[in-house]
Amino acid sequence: MHLDILVYGFIQSCALLLMAFGFSLVYGVSRLPNFAHGALYVLTGFVAWALFKQAGLPYPLAAGLSILISGLLGVAIYYVVLRRVRGMEVSEVIATYAIGLAVLEGLRYAGFRGGSYSLPALSDGVVFIFDVPVDHQRVWLVALGLFMVVAIWLFTRYTRVGRSLKGMAQDERAAMMLGIDSDRTAALAVGLGSMMAGIAALIIFPLGSLVVEEGYKVLIYAIAVCVVGGLGSWPGTVVASFVLGYSQYITVSYGKPHYQMVVMLLAIIVTLVIRPSGFFGKQKQLEERV
Amino acid sequence: MGAPVMEQKRKERIDRGIKVRSETLYALSSWEEIGYLITPRVLFIAAFLLMPILLSPWPYWSRVGLSMCILALLAISFDFLANYVGLVCLGGAFFYGVGGYTSALLNTQLGLPPMLAIPIATLIGAFLCTAMLAPCLPLRGIYFAIVTLMYPLLMTRLIEAMDILGGTEGFRGIEGFSSPWTEQYGLIFGLFFFLFGLRRLVNEDQGLVIRAVKDNDQSVRASGISVTWTKTKAVFLASLPGCFAGAYYIHMYSNVGISAFALDLSIMPIAATVIGGGGTLIGPVIGAALLVPLSEALRDFGSLRIVVYALVLTGFVVFRSEGIMNVVSRKYQQFERWVKV
Repeated sequence: MHLDILVYGFIQSCALLLMAFGFSLVYGVSRLPNFAHGALYVLTGFVAWALFKQAGLPYPLAAGLSILISGLLGVAIYYVVLRRVRGMEVSEVIATYAIGLAVLEGLRYAGFRGGSYSLPALSDGVVFIFDVPVDHQRVWLVALGLFMVVAIWLFTRYTRVGRSLKGMAQDERAAMMLGIDSDRTAALAVGLGSMMAGIAALIIFPLGSLVVEEGYKVLIYAIAVCVVGGLGSWPGTVVASFVLGYSQYITVSYGKPHYQMVVMLLAIIVTLVIRPSGFFGKQKQLEERV
Repeated sequence: MGAPVMEQKRKERIDRGIKVRSETLYALSSWEEIGYLITPRVLFIAAFLLMPILLSPWPYWSRVGLSMCILALLAISFDFLANYVGLVCLGGAFFYGVGGYTSALLNTQLGLPPMLAIPIATLIGAFLCTAMLAPCLPLRGIYFAIVTLMYPLLMTRLIEAMDILGGTEGFRGIEGFSSPWTEQYGLIFGLFFFLFGLRRLVNEDQGLVIRAVKDNDQSVRASGISVTWTKTKAVFLASLPGCFAGAYYIHMYSNVGISAFALDLSIMPIAATVIGGGGTLIGPVIGAALLVPLSEALRDFGSLRIVVYALVLTGFVVFRSEGIMNVVSRKYQQFERWVKV
């Protein structure tokens, strides 16, 4: 029983990490809250489904294309919408949230409802970890989650583009003085974040079925992880994923599944009330509260 | 060489003479000035007062008119908080739901008639909302927006998970109004009360302090006034119209459920405010008057409604963030001309 919690809590945490990492990246680099994150997540799932099942492309190609489309959409959202309202945080929230809403409800209107859509798993089968049965897809999920953390860490440390992203996150003005284009970096960050949402979708959706409601859930989970970890802090995102993942799994195994969401919502509210910077955010007392 | 020098021009805006004259006591000097001042106001009030009478042959559309008033109340609440206090509340449905459930409890458990239950629910609901939001009030900007977005969602989930307040079923059989006329005029006068009350308040001394919190809270604090306490009062004032709308609506339809905390109820007031013009309090009402008929026209298309709203909202936020009311009042008060630079 307890090993069960240990293993599945870990998997749940990695899933949360995958969902939240893109959101955290975008906010960390460009201070843009991308509330269309959940919508892009669901959209990638459906695009992959359409390319694979309807257009008959081989699955790896369909997956790659759908991730690419998600990234391009992110860039488009930045150039068309976000660039014009940048700096006005509330307009950013409202605009991206409205876009996400339009995408999700548009999908619902287009008839994508119910549990009849699903994506194939990467491989079938079960392995035993500490005598707990785990199917292959969940192993892939954990592997990908950990891989993504390492990859992003290496990317922001050792590549030119990655370092410009990091520079932007640390000090926008100094970065601009060194010739880093603010707009291009921010667009890149939004694009990358959207691609990560897409990757997360393709690895998590095969565990269940494709539903539109998932978009709202993912958005809230992503916000919860980022808020608890500290908006814009990457180590915070990782730690918060594990804290929330385990607390979610423990609550659900001892209570009703309804409480899964309650845990996240309460985590957001309590964190913001007690310590708005979260675990690892830098204290910016004056920006956060009076 | 010899490339034509582009003649540069800029737009100059100057107040109309009549606007300047009617700002002071000289407004009384002639009918022209008096007319200039009162025509828009009279038109606005008359349109609302005549609405039930004009729409009485079509019961369906008079219902739509009432939905519009409900949305207008929610939008006023959002506009007041966002543009006068500087607190962007993405969870307008929270006020609405709390007001609705309170009134439902008062009516079904204590047997209060609607005309008594609604005002009491408005007050109690506003107290409850303020008390629950109080811990978040020191938050600013995006942090407050996120936390308020979560409140109605949390309420829905809690009611579902703990099976309280009637669970997913909600309450049915709530007493309705005695006649359609009381129903309609009660709501319209309620709307007038909150609209003109808040409009007056923001220009009083108390209102100045509230607006100062938005513009520069540090200076408010430096003047020895508690920022959080001022915000608490402002949130109470803003939750009044929200709770009133919720309480009124559930008596119109005789039931209340977790849909009272639905997302639409948070998004539509924002859309109405952005379209109508924020920071005017009248603008949100105009926005609601445009959005609700539009939404009714799209009723057959199900969730396409929300898509249309969301796109219109994005378009206005990004490209026309001023809103209709601000543009119209500028045209009314000023003339524009191009002058050479």
